[in-house]
Amino acid sequence: MTAVFLVFIFVLAIFLGFELISKVPSTLHTPLMSGSNAISGITLIGALASMQTSHHGFTVFLGTLAVVLATINVVGGYAVTDRMLAMFKKKDKGGAQ
Amino acid sequence: MTLNQVGINFVYVLSAALFIFGLKMLSSPATARRGNLISALGMLIAISVTLLAQGLDYRWVLAGMLIGSIIGTAGAYVVKMTAMPEMVALFNGFGGLASLLLAWSEYHQNPAMVPVITIIAALSVFIGGVTFTGSMVAFGKLAGKIPQQAVVFKGQHLINAGILLAAIGASALFYLTPASMIGYLLFVVIILVALAFGVTSTIPIGGADMPVVISLLNSYSGLAACAAGFVVSNNILIVAGALVGASGIILTRIMCKAMNRSLANVLFSGFGTATVKTAGEEGHKGEIKPASAEDVYYILEAADSVAFVPGYGLAVAQAQHVVKELGDLLEANGTEVVYAIHPVAGRMPGHMNVLLAEANVPYDQLVEMDDINPRMETVDVCVVIGANDVVNPAAVDDDRSPIYGMPIIETFRAKTVIVLKRSMSPGFAGIENALFYGENTRMYFGDAKASIQALVAEFKSGN
Repeated sequence: MTAVFLVFIFVLAIFLGFELISKVPSTLHTPLMSGSNAISGITLIGALASMQTSHHGFTVFLGTLAVVLATINVVGGYAVTDRMLAMFKKKDKGGAQ
Repeated sequence: MTLNQVGINFVYVLSAALFIFGLKMLSSPATARRGNLISALGMLIAISVTLLAQGLDYRWVLAGMLIGSIIGTAGAYVVKMTAMPEMVALFNGFGGLASLLLAWSEYHQNPAMVPVITIIAALSVFIGGVTFTGSMVAFGKLAGKIPQQAVVFKGQHLINAGILLAAIGASALFYLTPASMIGYLLFVVIILVALAFGVTSTIPIGGADMPVVISLLNSYSGLAACAAGFVVSNNILIVAGALVGASGIILTRIMCKAMNRSLANVLFSGFGTATVKTAGEEGHKGEIKPASAEDVYYILEAADSVAFVPGYGLAVAQAQHVVKELGDLLEANGTEVVYAIHPVAGRMPGHMNVLLAEANVPYDQLVEMDDINPRMETVDVCVVIGANDVVNPAAVDDDRSPIYGMPIIETFRAKTVIVLKRSMSPGFAGIENALFYGENTRMYFGDAKASIQALVAEFKSGN
């Protein structure tokens, strides 16, 4: 039953993703990619939850490496997207629309 | 304070909602930055609440997050805007590898998985592995560390098919005995095969097709996170991964459409390896008319409307700032200035927009192909900077051309076209460009940046 429930969520999220992303103008495609990159760093949540004190040795090694890489994705992704989006400005001359 | 599993999952719902809001706000440049911060807030909440769970090994968690944050922040603030495609490729790869490692560590800890989960774990490490090495190859090509050309050899498709079959075979056997020694061995085989497949499937794709590849790898990195989410039964991984997966798929489709090619053609054809001889090769219907900086200055000075059409050459020459300076001088001269951007100009979706935004070009001056083409006749001068195939009229009128049918910015319909180019060598696709021989075309040879600087100097001395 859990599997069905998870697939349900998956399918709905895919459809929602299609709806949301098709409204993003091509001007913002690069920030969209780096921003969605940051979101795909969500693996971090899974990696954090897997770091149980009861685990030892190789499991901890794999988990820690996953945490490092996913954190790079999250922090770097959001930071670089913010840096990019800060550069997109409207024309500031009066009346120019 | 510790939270139980149900409480944590409720907070994840909030995070998912914030991700969705954030993506929604990306639909306009005016709200995009706030959207990104909202998305980041969603992530922060999800991370914080996860850390409140019981029994976490904080030493390694904090060490890992600290190292990752330092590397991520440094990378984000050091990277040049022209190098953004490499950066995104690298991050995609890290995302894929992280998902691979998560699925691996989960399997290592609990080898006796539910049968369905074993298959998803195999899928998860496979997608993660392909994303990782595929992204590394893309990164190498974009950063110029390995040759950009498509690498094709005989029997390549057979080798790829063989690798894929090996992966499916290993996964099937793994499904039968996940908890045994042989099962573990097979799991490692799947990882190795995935890593190999990432390389062999990306090397046949040439430099100018990179927008498609990056979009596709972007999608894979999301799907890898999603698959890892199924392995560890975590909703937020599934939702966020699916959103990213969908985003990458849409971008891939947009890029393919903008090149009038199917995804299969981009992935398997090794496009651009052979110089294609077209009708234009036998006899050009015109001659090349070179222009000096002074000639170009007089043309621009007299123009009422100018459209700049940038391509990858602009990024290579780092000419975005001088282009903006020239644009400002033109506007001060009473000329209407826009920047017309083809969807696949540059090496990733939206690459040119970011470069011009960096040079302080307001986003209302960045116009899309579909907006400029209908009014192309009213444009006095099109200035093509480092773009080639995306302005090649053969796409419209030569049905023997390999790019026939590809939507282009129809600069040849403007009153005058000025093409900035280093030499007469053909573009990435190896296709002759009839635009250069057009009646209304002037060729302005030289390095893009130096050429535009010369124009800026002409304007300053002219006024």
